[in-house]
Amino acid sequence: MPSAIRIENLTKDYAIGFWRRRSYRALDRLTLEITSGEVFGFLGPNGAGKTTTLKLLMQLIFPTSGHAEILGRPVGDISTRQRIGYLPENPSFYDYLTAEELLGYFGELFGYSGADRRKRVSALLDRVGIGAERRLQLRKFSKGMIQRVGIAQALLNDPEVIFLDEPMSGLDPLGRRDVRQLILELRDQGRTVFFSSHILADAEALCRRVAVVAGGRLAALGTLADILAFEVHGWELVMSGLSPDVVSRLPAAVRRATEISPGRYALELSMDQPPDRLLAELTASGASLVSLNPMRATLEDFFMERVAEMGTGARASHTEELGASR
Amino acid sequence: MRAVRVVAVNVFRESVRDRVPYNLVLFAVLLISSSYLLGQLTAGQDVKIIKDLGLAATSVFGLFIAIFIGIGLVSKEVERRSIYSLLSKPVSRAQFITGKYAGLVLTLAVNVSVMAIALYAILGYMVWTEPPTIRAGWDAPGIDPALLKAIVLIFIELMLITAIALFFSTFSSPILSAAMTFGLYIAGHFNSELKNFERVVSSRAAAQLARGAYHVLPDLSAFDVKTEVVHGLPVTMGYMGSTALYGLAYVAALLLIATFIFSRRDFK
Repeated sequence: MPSAIRIENLTKDYAIGFWRRRSYRALDRLTLEITSGEVFGFLGPNGAGKTTTLKLLMQLIFPTSGHAEILGRPVGDISTRQRIGYLPENPSFYDYLTAEELLGYFGELFGYSGADRRKRVSALLDRVGIGAERRLQLRKFSKGMIQRVGIAQALLNDPEVIFLDEPMSGLDPLGRRDVRQLILELRDQGRTVFFSSHILADAEALCRRVAVVAGGRLAALGTLADILAFEVHGWELVMSGLSPDVVSRLPAAVRRATEISPGRYALELSMDQPPDRLLAELTASGASLVSLNPMRATLEDFFMERVAEMGTGARASHTEELGASR
Repeated sequence: MRAVRVVAVNVFRESVRDRVPYNLVLFAVLLISSSYLLGQLTAGQDVKIIKDLGLAATSVFGLFIAIFIGIGLVSKEVERRSIYSLLSKPVSRAQFITGKYAGLVLTLAVNVSVMAIALYAILGYMVWTEPPTIRAGWDAPGIDPALLKAIVLIFIELMLITAIALFFSTFSSPILSAAMTFGLYIAGHFNSELKNFERVVSSRAAAQLARGAYHVLPDLSAFDVKTEVVHGLPVTMGYMGSTALYGLAYVAALLLIATFIFSRRDFK
């Protein structure tokens, strides 16, 4: 598959301080390659370098060193912008315009003629759920509605590559579900989606591959399966009808027993203790099985662990291409 | 070219929505009430005063629009972060700057044109109401086409002030931009005094500094032909042409430097 985005050793330093100028490295030698048609999650806590990376790709800021390409062309190439879409973090637009006028304005910049432009704008505003408010000035919009306008303007030109900086920000649960659905539709249409988020559930629901950044550096890169496979560490058995007497005599293989409600417990077993025997014993004592699941670390656990590692100074040694090593 | 036009039209739309046209109503009220009052107080001089007042008001109202909208043209886009989405579209930074400038010049052009029409309408009314004996004593005809020369130069001066405001707006805050633009406007009107500064100072260095400033600062007094026009004195086409060329060359230089600075700027 051809690469849609290629980033090589991208570095950004900012000069800070007024009298004594010193350098602050916001992004440190980031190297990534995103293939065409991929939904790629770019994850990290606040201040990790996600927005810096996206701004570098949009040429809103210039790199100190390194190089980036979108669709095989350097990021500064204006012609590429005809083929990409970008939703900035916490977008803000011209509040004196209506949603329809704003998209019409951007549509003109893409060179769409009157009828085509109006059709696109109308369809997109309906698609993001603000069709009824199309003639309302943006100053009257809520944060969530502005986010929807932002998503609409990012999709106006049927982009091949879409950059979304925290797309779920400011959205209610319904809005988040809509955006997830939209991203999946874009994936099904063969478009490349590069989105940044600190909400890991979004990445789990949408991406095959993710990169985790922390402190301006790449902490991990690979498929979710690769990253999470490392972290499968046991079984969780939820049983009901357990008497206190049975609970007090649980075997040592049970690492932890948590009472969920009277008689209902979540029991954690280590990976090397198959749950069958315990399950048989507990069922024989009159308890019933509610659920049995392998205990896989969530991306959240992985993320927190990596970020903590990066924070303790073991940064460079933990940068690895997990996907490539398998 | 398309991008420049689209950005310019949006600036025009913004200025209309920001109620800039209200200044036209104020201008009309000022002219109509002045002509009525002057008609009661003076004999024969009222048309000259109205011309003076109309041209001065066109200049001052335009100056306020050029400075107060000009300083926000770029900085407001950066502050409200609307520039992030805009620059991700097929628009270069040079096109953005040129479009922003063209939009405000368009706003000023409409403004100055409407004011000129209003001024001629009031003058027409005065010509119609004044007896021929009084009209015979006027230095210049009531409805004088030469007024257009003063109006054209006022407009080019406003183009230049807009370019100065936009230039400062590409790298400094709105308040600082306003202060510096207004400072340059004042300095520009007294620029010709700097040329012969050595006559009033003994320091050779100060005289040279003043001479250097004379060459760098815009000579805005060159655009002021209001007195000549009102008193029926000649303003040659050669003077008009060379002054217009000077103004437009200055504008082009400012826009080039503004684009150069803006094209290297990080939007943090």
